[in-house]
Amino acid sequence: MQSPKLLVQGVSKSFRQGSQWLETLRPIDLEVAPGEFVSLIGPSGCGKSTLFNIIAGLEQPDSGSVAIDGDEKSQRTGKTGYMPQQPLLLPWRSVEENVMLGLDVRRVPRQQARVQARELLKHFGLSDFAQHYPATLSGGMRQRVALLRTVLFNPKFLLLDEPFGALDALTRLSCQMWLLDLWQEVHASVLFITHDVREAILLSDRIYLMSARPAQILRVAEVHLERPRRAAQLADAEVVQLEQELIALLVKEQVL
Amino acid sequence: MKLRWLASYGPAFVLTVALLAIWELAVRADLSLANFLPSPSSIWSALSLNWGVIYDNTIPTLMETVLGLFVSTALGLLLAILLDLSSWSRRAIYPLLITSQTVPLVALAPLMLIWFGFGIMPKVIIVTLYCFFPIAVATADGLASAEPDLLKLLKSMGASRWQTLWLVRLPGALPSFYSGLRIAATYSVTGAIVGEFVGAEKGLGIYMVTSANSHAIPVVFATIFITAILSLAFFSLVNIMERLTLPWYHASRLPLQDASSMGQRPLAR
Repeated sequence: MQSPKLLVQGVSKSFRQGSQWLETLRPIDLEVAPGEFVSLIGPSGCGKSTLFNIIAGLEQPDSGSVAIDGDEKSQRTGKTGYMPQQPLLLPWRSVEENVMLGLDVRRVPRQQARVQARELLKHFGLSDFAQHYPATLSGGMRQRVALLRTVLFNPKFLLLDEPFGALDALTRLSCQMWLLDLWQEVHASVLFITHDVREAILLSDRIYLMSARPAQILRVAEVHLERPRRAAQLADAEVVQLEQELIALLVKEQVL
Repeated sequence: MKLRWLASYGPAFVLTVALLAIWELAVRADLSLANFLPSPSSIWSALSLNWGVIYDNTIPTLMETVLGLFVSTALGLLLAILLDLSSWSRRAIYPLLITSQTVPLVALAPLMLIWFGFGIMPKVIIVTLYCFFPIAVATADGLASAEPDLLKLLKSMGASRWQTLWLVRLPGALPSFYSGLRIAATYSVTGAIVGEFVGAEKGLGIYMVTSANSHAIPVVFATIFITAILSLAFFSLVNIMERLTLPWYHASRLPLQDASSMGQRPLAR
């Protein structure tokens, strides 16, 4: 059997705050199969980002293990396509050069990197903006560019931390559809953080719902909707029921 | 474009002309003043009469300034990177750096003469001592202000420390570097003059001293005028360089402008 893209087992984490230890993550189990789209939802400040940092190798867990492609021993930095909440494009680089950033880090020859970036931009309909500076782009465009940067660095495993959180509803919907196209094209495995239940249902194969701090997994929901997904499917009776159920769980967890 | 230029420099021009007119009239109204304070018109005629000599003395000063600025830039950048290496190196280097600025350079100039002679080298050193500090401090601040999330992103890509510096932190610190360089450029000519004051074969500084000693006051003023022009020229040169090398910086200050008008506007804020 193929090993899962990501296997998180019993990962916990506490932070020191003054003289006290603040428990952020209770032992957490989580799995992403190859090519699977998995979402993580939870109330704000529950420790989703901490879990992401651990998976990306930016922090180490207090206990438990994280395995990417069945490998839990070696360094995890460089093995994920990590995209933080802010697009964080470099203002001095054009769109094309921003997309190349990951390849620069990998020391891919510049000419080759440029060709790859150009192809990717063209394929996903952004080649008109290749020579623009990020400052001249709209919010939705910036997120798309940041996503392509992530994909060019690592098309196999994307860690997306609320990429569309700051966008207006319409832009968000078009970005979501764009992401689904991209995901199917590059056969990526995706772990996606959001606190928007509809977004999670529309995009995912499976949803993990986390509790307020200290975070643990409260519910795992499989989403059996036909692909390719369409926004209209959100009106299906079983989807509405799942949405209501998840929202009810989240509302209970939300700290006021 | 032209109108904008006029709008940004017009007021300064009007004020300068008004002050010069008052000065001229005051000296003409009370001729006894003329012995101490030459009128703008007599300064101008001193300048045109002695133009050959003044020009001759401007070249070495210019050389010293340019060389000093180059050395300052290299030294300033190096120090900024050293300051930024670790909190340990910052704590070690910063106090020394600040102490170096408490040394009165005027007092150091005669010693330079004793150590390095009348040549160009002691002047370049004085210019450097004046100029490296603002460059080092501004650049170090720029390096320290890199966005933490951006550093996290680079780390998640497995970037080394030097890659992070080269790809993200140094380019991000360039606007701060230019702020430092602008200050340095305005100090630089004065630094060269101070270096020449105590002794030089040629240069605006030594020419000022000899003119003052022979009571050629309008000539001293003419030389001061040239010094000011040089300083302004260096300042503008840095601005032009900044505009050419950081088109993105000026583009990002004009959100959603079309790309064709980028980087061509003076002082668009």
